[in-house]
Amino acid sequence: MTTSEIKQIPLVVRKNETKLALKLKELLEYHELIYFLVWRDLKVRYKQTALGVTWAVLQPFLTMVVFTIFFGNLAKVPSDGVPYPIFSFAALLPWQLFANALSNSSNSLVSNSALITKVYFPRIIMPFSSIISGLVDFLVAFLVLIGMMVYYGITPTSAVYTLPFFLLLALLTSFAVSLWLSALNVKYRDVKYTIPFLTQFWLFITPIAYPTSLVPEKWRVVYGLNPMAGVVEGFRWALLGQSTLNWYVMTASVTIVIVLLVGGLIYFRYMEKTFADIV
Amino acid sequence: MSKKSIEVINLGKEYRIGERIQYNTLRESITNTVKNTYKKLVSDLRSKTINPKDVSTNMDLLKRKSDHSNGNHSDPNYIWSLRNVSFDVEQGEIVGIIGRNGAGKSTILKIISGITEPTEGRVNIYGRIGSLLEVGTGFHPELTGRENILLNGAILGMKRQEIDRKFDEIVDFSGVEKFIDTPVKFYSSGMRVRLGFSVAAHLEPDILLLDEVLAVGDATFQKKCLGKLDNVATSEGRTVLFVSHDLTAIRSLCQKAILLENGRIADEGPTEEVLDNYHKSIESVNEIPIEERKDIIMSYDRSVIATSIKIENASSSDPIRPTSQLSIKIGYRSREPISNLIVHITIRDFKSGQPVTFLDSDNSGGIPKILPPEGTITCVTNKSYITPGRCALDIRFIIGTLSVYYLQNAGFFEVEEETVYGTGTISRRYGMFLLEHKWSFEEN
Repeated sequence: MTTSEIKQIPLVVRKNETKLALKLKELLEYHELIYFLVWRDLKVRYKQTALGVTWAVLQPFLTMVVFTIFFGNLAKVPSDGVPYPIFSFAALLPWQLFANALSNSSNSLVSNSALITKVYFPRIIMPFSSIISGLVDFLVAFLVLIGMMVYYGITPTSAVYTLPFFLLLALLTSFAVSLWLSALNVKYRDVKYTIPFLTQFWLFITPIAYPTSLVPEKWRVVYGLNPMAGVVEGFRWALLGQSTLNWYVMTASVTIVIVLLVGGLIYFRYMEKTFADIV
Repeated sequence: MSKKSIEVINLGKEYRIGERIQYNTLRESITNTVKNTYKKLVSDLRSKTINPKDVSTNMDLLKRKSDHSNGNHSDPNYIWSLRNVSFDVEQGEIVGIIGRNGAGKSTILKIISGITEPTEGRVNIYGRIGSLLEVGTGFHPELTGRENILLNGAILGMKRQEIDRKFDEIVDFSGVEKFIDTPVKFYSSGMRVRLGFSVAAHLEPDILLLDEVLAVGDATFQKKCLGKLDNVATSEGRTVLFVSHDLTAIRSLCQKAILLENGRIADEGPTEEVLDNYHKSIESVNEIPIEERKDIIMSYDRSVIATSIKIENASSSDPIRPTSQLSIKIGYRSREPISNLIVHITIRDFKSGQPVTFLDSDNSGGIPKILPPEGTITCVTNKSYITPGRCALDIRFIIGTLSVYYLQNAGFFEVEEETVYGTGTISRRYGMFLLEHKWSFEEN
């Protein structure tokens, strides 16, 4: 490289006192690293497994079978007029995306500590790329959902065009929660132990095995404060053509996601400086 | 007209130490803590009538602040790994950073590369920066060599096209063509290192930061790497900042060197001069009684410490020569009788720091199973045949499998010249050891 090519504006490394620049632009500059990390995750995930990528389908599918037997058939949980198997499967897909993101990305910084202490890159890439790699599993399982919709003869209404929005909401929810948990996990390894419990708890407060309509009207806004409630509600509405979208739940969910995300970005950025020292 | 590549301005990095307490200062730390708590208690009691909470927190703040500004560590939980470090590196220079363990060498590279943020000061960097603090960072054992080259390249900041373009060259340099589609978990550690370095050697940043990367790998490959590095800097005009314990590598690669001592720059200038001073500084510790050395690495309980070390000719009062037997006497002290003590002694060439040989008391079994709390352990060697020159000695005490005491450069000795082969003296330039040998001839 010749002298003239060298940037004359210095790249400055110094103590970041009060300014909390989010450095989101840097994420773009490092898009190739994100690509390779996702690629690595995918390559490695199902290596030395007999069933390979089938696992991406089996996990939600088997859960759906269990739910259908116990909640659908035995407990007779209502499913808003849709066959129970597809009612729960449509909810399990975004749920699985979220739950996997929770366990993978919250651990992403700690499990990649060798990278963090030896190489510079925007740390936010770690939780981000593990969510993207979870998206691939989602898409595989989604094909099964399409198959099931054909089987049950469900034709989506024009509401299906809003599906990308709800998928984005699911991703943003996962990302927001991951930002908090991954950064916290660097400092407090307790996070690792709370994840299984948290996931289980969260599963029950999300309308997966039961419809939102079971929740009393006056509690819907509070119920929507769980952003996954909004996501699941949205998925069902967009795919299965349930009569109405519950706007209380949706508004509450979207608002809380934005709050969580912005807070998460700031917190992550603030903690980022110390990662290499304490991880 | 040369241009600046890196400007380091008044850099400081403070670490909070929890488990990594410098063992030799533990006693001071404890007394300090007790003292401070007492003082605080007294002042708390006195100020209780005013507004106890505010006063004590303010005092704490003040105290911490003043500690920082005079740089003394009376707060035992914090330690300045670097302080007031400033230097410039010009474009195309290869600068070596040397210093003892814990002098702050790696911290500097970590700050410049952006891995960690400095506590104070700043660094201006002019150009694209690439760092190699470890060979094969991010290698995934399940992925093949080919896949790992792509991944590692991306991690080190190479663009996709750049990796594709240089792929064959990288594989060629590493010499692992045959196994390129085998998962890395089946590689030997040597192969892994070679692959890792090959990727890194093909980085094209304007500024390259290297940390101890040559400490691994076989000698031939090391040479190849040194050649490549030299080439990178001289013909391609890249700036290299190089941290190493291998003083020979520093000497052959760098025109300029920086000597760090306890987080501060102790010397800076042409490599030869700095290395000379470094050697002097190593030797100057010899004047400090061994018990008072600050660089001892010990277990928390200070179970065993060395109290003296003496290296002499075992058989006579003559100076040590290649054919002399060495006698190494180590005095020790402990609070209670010690069982199963193992002593390791590493003899190193003083100038390069390269190990010459290693003495392990576990192999010889000459030390009694139970030792009294105080005594002297003596190790006598056969004729050493170490070539003339200066040597340094490291001592390590091990109890069971736990290293309880380690001191580098615990002692020094000079091997005097001697006409061993009857043909005149021989110098260390040709090797660390002499061999007694015979030549013969037969007619075919």
